[in-house]
Amino acid sequence: MKQNDKVFEDDPRYRVANKEALIGVGLVILNFILWYGFAYGLGSKPVAEYSYIWGLPAWFFYSCILTTAIILVLVILAVVFLFKEVPFDEEDEQ
Amino acid sequence: MNWQVVLPLLIFLVVIFLIGFYASTYLKSTSNFLQEYFLGSRQLGGFILAMTMIATYGSASSFIGGPGVAYTMGLGWVLLSMTQLATGYFVLSVLGKKFAIMARKIRAVTLIDFLKERYQSKWVVILSAISIIIFLFSAMAAQWVGGARLIESLTGLSYTGALFIFAVSVLVYVIIGGFRAVAITDTVQGIVMFFGTLIILIGTVIAGGGMGNIVSELAAENPDLISPFGSDRSLTPLYVSSFWILVGVGVVGLPQVAVRAMSYKSSKGMHRALIIGTVVVGFIMLGMHLTGVFARAVLPGIEVGDTVMPRIAMEVLPAWLAGIVLAAPMAAIMSTVDSLLLLVSSAVVKDVYLNYVKPDANDQTIKRLSIGVTTVIGILVFAMAINPPDLLIWLNLFSFGGLEAAFIWPVVMGLYWKRGNASGAMASILTGVGSYILFNTFMPNAFGMHTVVLPVLVSFVAYVGVSLLSSRQHAVVQEKVITKLWSA
Repeated sequence: MKQNDKVFEDDPRYRVANKEALIGVGLVILNFILWYGFAYGLGSKPVAEYSYIWGLPAWFFYSCILTTAIILVLVILAVVFLFKEVPFDEEDEQ
Repeated sequence: MNWQVVLPLLIFLVVIFLIGFYASTYLKSTSNFLQEYFLGSRQLGGFILAMTMIATYGSASSFIGGPGVAYTMGLGWVLLSMTQLATGYFVLSVLGKKFAIMARKIRAVTLIDFLKERYQSKWVVILSAISIIIFLFSAMAAQWVGGARLIESLTGLSYTGALFIFAVSVLVYVIIGGFRAVAITDTVQGIVMFFGTLIILIGTVIAGGGMGNIVSELAAENPDLISPFGSDRSLTPLYVSSFWILVGVGVVGLPQVAVRAMSYKSSKGMHRALIIGTVVVGFIMLGMHLTGVFARAVLPGIEVGDTVMPRIAMEVLPAWLAGIVLAAPMAAIMSTVDSLLLLVSSAVVKDVYLNYVKPDANDQTIKRLSIGVTTVIGILVFAMAINPPDLLIWLNLFSFGGLEAAFIWPVVMGLYWKRGNASGAMASILTGVGSYILFNTFMPNAFGMHTVVLPVLVSFVAYVGVSLLSSRQHAVVQEKVITKLWSA
């Protein structure tokens, strides 16, 4: 849509919004890799060979508990350092 | 009747009613009834926003059905349910600011308002409204059945009596308080869900003699209970991974979730909601499903999965505490149906009536109509839930997947791709819902994935393909839409 871009400038707030959407997508991809890698990387061997952390199978600890914690920390970091505040209110919001 | 269990539930109901009355004072004083009734005047702060999203999304299945399956399948099912962690941050970061800004530019109150302005097509609006009304109506009825069954099992009332109590409680606060009542009660319900999860998980671990002890008991019974593949090794990595689409990222397309992304006050609120949402979703999903698995070591031999949660609560906790914990699934069910109720009535009043029947209706009429329609829908759902017809159960099966297949691309691509147009959106809705129903009927779990995956792919292809093919036809309208929605 090149010809449209010439007519007007995109709302500058959208640049922020687009970037943040990409961060969200990135986090999901990373979340999936960690979740999948730990679960099936460690959990695919015979149950008799499992190791345990806090009494839970290691695959479960890493995939469901540690990954959740990592993602949470990354979400907080992303919001604090990468997300920008933009005003929402238009001229005549009722 | 076990009063120690029932009393906390009654107190919970009274609190919910009080919130309804509190919110109704806003409705009386507002200058814009529609914005307040259906959107709480876009005033949600971060905490309430996070809680209303989670509470709306966490339904009977998170607290009753899910833990029941986890009881049977073992840790593999907890792994599967953790795909929901993504909903906490994905929905808000993707819809987030863009949706909030666009919705304000066009003063959209409902998801369909947005689609209407974005695509400028009567048929997109009508198809969307029909999808919302049919699918959400049946989803709602199914939740009511769950709520009534829960009250029935706790109080010993008859099913119809329990359903009546449940229906009246939800209807009263939704009708008098609108979206604001729904959002605030959702917050209370979310808090109850959070602490209910914490208490029941701790209680179960203690009753089972610690996590290590529970895990080794499970492994002794059937080693696959602690593997990621499920007790019968039926959970393949591909199948489990496909849930990322259904309950992780596809949730972006659910109208009841999307509408919340236009209700917040500021970007600060949105940021806070992102963090709180991720914490709470992660904790509730992990805690509830893990409790379901652990319950197997404490109370072996439960045949009916849906009774696992109530029975484990009664078993491991003192009666009064079990009452508080069992308010959690009730809260989950109520907070889901209240939002659906409002969404279906907004589709009828705002999207159909005000768009096509009587665009110039005055405020008083809109007010009476909104309240009237909400009441009528509530009564209809009640009637359906007394003796649920097969069609309803059949439709409910489709509701979440079907809505995701219908709306995910018209919403997401509508926000991020300027060339997406009305023909593309229509093609996407039709192929999404159509192929979802076809796959579900003729080829469930195609190639070992959840049924929703292929329709989401097919509707993406339809959206992009048809938008590109028909771009010439829509050139003039598109230009206007882009200027209106994208310009600074």
